[in-house]
Amino acid sequence: MLATSPAFKENAVHALAEPGLQKALARTKPHFHAKRASAVAALPEFEQLRDIGRNIKNHTLAHLDFYLETWEENVKRAGGQVHWCATAEDARAAVLAICQKAGARTVTKGKSMISEEIALNEHLERHDITPVETDLGEYILQIRNESPSHIIAPAFHLNREDWEESFRRAHTDLPADRVFHERRDIMTEARTKLRERFLAADVGITGANFLIAETGSSVIVTNEGNGDLTQTLPRVHIVLASIEKLVPTIEDTISLLRLLARSATGQDFSVYTTFSTGVRRADDLDGPAEYHVVLLDNGRSAMLGSPFQEMLRCIRCAACMNHCPVYSVVGGHAYGWVYPGPMGAVLTPTLIGIDQAGNLPNASTFCGKCESVCPMKIPLPKMMRHWREREFERHLSPQAVRTNLALWGFVARRPGLYRLVTRIGAAALGWLGRRRGRLSRLPLAAGWTKGRDLPTPEGETFFVRYARAQRRGRGAA
Amino acid sequence: MLQTSPRVALFVTCLVDLHRPTVGFAAIRLLEEAGCQVEVPRAQTCCGQPAYNSGDRATARDLARGILDAFGGYDYIVVPSGSCGGMLRHHIPTLFDDDPNLRARAEALADRTHELVSFLTDILGLERVAAKFSGSVTYHDSCSGLRELGIKAQPRRLLAAAGAEIREMADPEVCCGFGGTFCVKYPEISTRMVSDKADDIAATGAETLLAGDLGCLLNMAGRLKRQGSAVKARHIAEVLAGMTGAVPPIGEAG
Amino acid sequence: MSGRDFILSTIRRNLRRGPLPEDQAAMLRGRLNSHPRQLIPARSRLPRPEQVALFIANVEKEFGSVARLADLAAVPGAVADYLAQHNLPPAIVMAPHPELRAIPWSDRPLLRLHEGRAEGSDQVSLQHGFAAIAETGTLMLPAGPERPTTINLLADTALVFLRASRVVGAYEEAWDLLRAEHHDALTGGFMPRNVMLVTGPSRTADIEQTLELGAHGPRRLHILLLDDDEAARAAA
Repeated sequence: MLATSPAFKENAVHALAEPGLQKALARTKPHFHAKRASAVAALPEFEQLRDIGRNIKNHTLAHLDFYLETWEENVKRAGGQVHWCATAEDARAAVLAICQKAGARTVTKGKSMISEEIALNEHLERHDITPVETDLGEYILQIRNESPSHIIAPAFHLNREDWEESFRRAHTDLPADRVFHERRDIMTEARTKLRERFLAADVGITGANFLIAETGSSVIVTNEGNGDLTQTLPRVHIVLASIEKLVPTIEDTISLLRLLARSATGQDFSVYTTFSTGVRRADDLDGPAEYHVVLLDNGRSAMLGSPFQEMLRCIRCAACMNHCPVYSVVGGHAYGWVYPGPMGAVLTPTLIGIDQAGNLPNASTFCGKCESVCPMKIPLPKMMRHWREREFERHLSPQAVRTNLALWGFVARRPGLYRLVTRIGAAALGWLGRRRGRLSRLPLAAGWTKGRDLPTPEGETFFVRYARAQRRGRGAA
Repeated sequence: MLQTSPRVALFVTCLVDLHRPTVGFAAIRLLEEAGCQVEVPRAQTCCGQPAYNSGDRATARDLARGILDAFGGYDYIVVPSGSCGGMLRHHIPTLFDDDPNLRARAEALADRTHELVSFLTDILGLERVAAKFSGSVTYHDSCSGLRELGIKAQPRRLLAAAGAEIREMADPEVCCGFGGTFCVKYPEISTRMVSDKADDIAATGAETLLAGDLGCLLNMAGRLKRQGSAVKARHIAEVLAGMTGAVPPIGEAG
Repeated sequence: MSGRDFILSTIRRNLRRGPLPEDQAAMLRGRLNSHPRQLIPARSRLPRPEQVALFIANVEKEFGSVARLADLAAVPGAVADYLAQHNLPPAIVMAPHPELRAIPWSDRPLLRLHEGRAEGSDQVSLQHGFAAIAETGTLMLPAGPERPTTINLLADTALVFLRASRVVGAYEEAWDLLRAEHHDALTGGFMPRNVMLVTGPSRTADIEQTLELGAHGPRRLHILLLDDDEAARAAA
């Protein structure tokens, strides 16, 4: 997926003015907030579980090599195959090879952010294999040729009219004048269409929320059941998963699952939480004959031992973006790539480079709400600040910013000079605003004054007034 | 309650110094009323947040060195700002990971540093201030103060005890969109955030908007004034110190 | 260098060590073998009757339904009634489980049951529940020749037969049952190919955040709960 992250600012301005998106955001935000709050309130142990989750992941990451090897042994024992892929290109090639060997023409897909990250669909299509997204939200995006704007509710930005229009356009075998009385009718049409695809698919590709070392299992979490249909019906099941999905045991996974749905949608547990371990057994009546895991690194191993290691604890619940005041007004597409919101702001620069993705960690007020709702206690603002430090070191920030900062820094290090400069500044601005106490316009401050007045200072600095008060022998003015 | 009169150094903050000194004097009055001996070290300029949050660690560290030197030897350092308070308490120590000695000094300083309102309630044990304030107010929870320093109930307690009628916003804890340099780097997003906040403020019907951070207040007052709102914006210290007569509301002329 | 070598060596380099020393590896293997539990929420630590009641309440909260039955003889009637109530054809694909076979289906001769895996054309399926978890109203449905996975997925209406004695409080307890009772010939361990934890019928909220049931999986989930656990029966 081509990144438009460098155009974040323009994307955001556009998004702020887009009525359909704003309507969707206004509808979605309170919904996610209320649901998570109520799920968390109903589980007194939630806070303790956050600590447990963080500790499980930290432990796993500190021993990731061991757990990966153990997991691989167990996958093989269950008749599965592991394809270790250092890069996105390796992963695309591995998936393609499996599909071609299976003679696949149609491939059903459960939702997988990794598949977006490696741009899998386009690659398969270029080789005459048709990928069919089966998650309802991903399905409509595929029809509309749009990218996801949220990592668990990918099509939240669409309104009902969009669904109806897209279905009419894509499902040409159905009567063009059919009426969608209720939202249910939209869903039923998708269910019917996709059922045909599920049953016909040669290969099914899913992501994985977790990979369990103890048993060599992959875990998927869905509400629709599309992931299960994708991985059970075809002859070949491919799991696309990145290395940090590893969790040591079933019991560890359970603790993380207790955090996941509550943080994501406010459910206590998702409808289908499924653990897959290898191939169809000799006397099973259904299930895939082949089980492959395409295991992706794509920069994650490089995050270990770096200031960004803690980002590897992310379980992709989306609580951060659901609560981010910036995401809540610009939506996901503005971020320009696969991962939006606070987690995207930290992860995207590691995957596509800070020179491309610099806007993302900068477009934050560091309000800290994301960190406060993150089930894995990831210090997101701290890592965004690290990115800003990297940018600064590499002189990637705009020159004007660096110059202003340098000037200000020069003065601020010198209290005597600072006193003088501020005295002059306070007096000048105070004078300019003497009539109304504020300015509607000020040269060099257009960013501020475009949408706000600029309140002007009292006119003398604290230190001038304090010094005067001291001379008069009193502490307070 | 403390037996002796604690020696408190006031960290004025650059915004109070430049923009609204009355807040600094209100802080001094409150502290002295509560029995503190207040001094204002002259060699202070800024806590360094603008540099720190822009990734300029070196400048932030230099400023932090200055703060360590200027503020040594006091019982407490008190700050009329949640974000500067958070910077001193949580972030400055992390600037000295390479120097155990400076790190120790920074942590010792951080331990003794408190935001103004929470200092009065949590350290000095104040249940009420001397001043009275009737009239309706709404209180905005500045992000750092709330999430880094746990300031939430304390200002409301003191305001209620002073007689204020508190009318809560629907979302008092949502960021106002200031975010330091954010508001000028991404002005459109910032303006949208502060407009939403202004709508929330207006919907409370409160006459006065209060907060503990001048950055947030300048942002919110600027938007309220642009919208022609009659809501008065003040720093909570002005109200608690009974000094609302000393200075017009933010963004208004005397 | 293979992808595997690259990934493992990069991990180790960044963790500033080589492969784990044997004593540490042994410790980790020990942890895997003992698979310790962490915190189990208090909500399901209840006396048996309340536990079963909690299970039922949670299933209903998640849009499933439960019929509580006194004995096996009541099952065919309960199934026939449910199908009639929902205007469903009395044709059911049934998991080939001995306990399901043992149900006196001949009491309701109009019910047509065939055994095996499910197909796209099946409208009603009947699964045998291995265990269930009161904590969230969740069914544990491990795959096997006696419990094909497609039975859980393809039919519009999914019926599940479950003994009350198999309702446990927390997930860990259900997994303990699986560990104890299931032996997988292929791996020598306890995991079958697939374990589905199912909480209510299929749904989506993708269209304007409005909940709709029956997205791709079953639109209805109905549990036939056999009250075979004396201790779990509510006091009269």
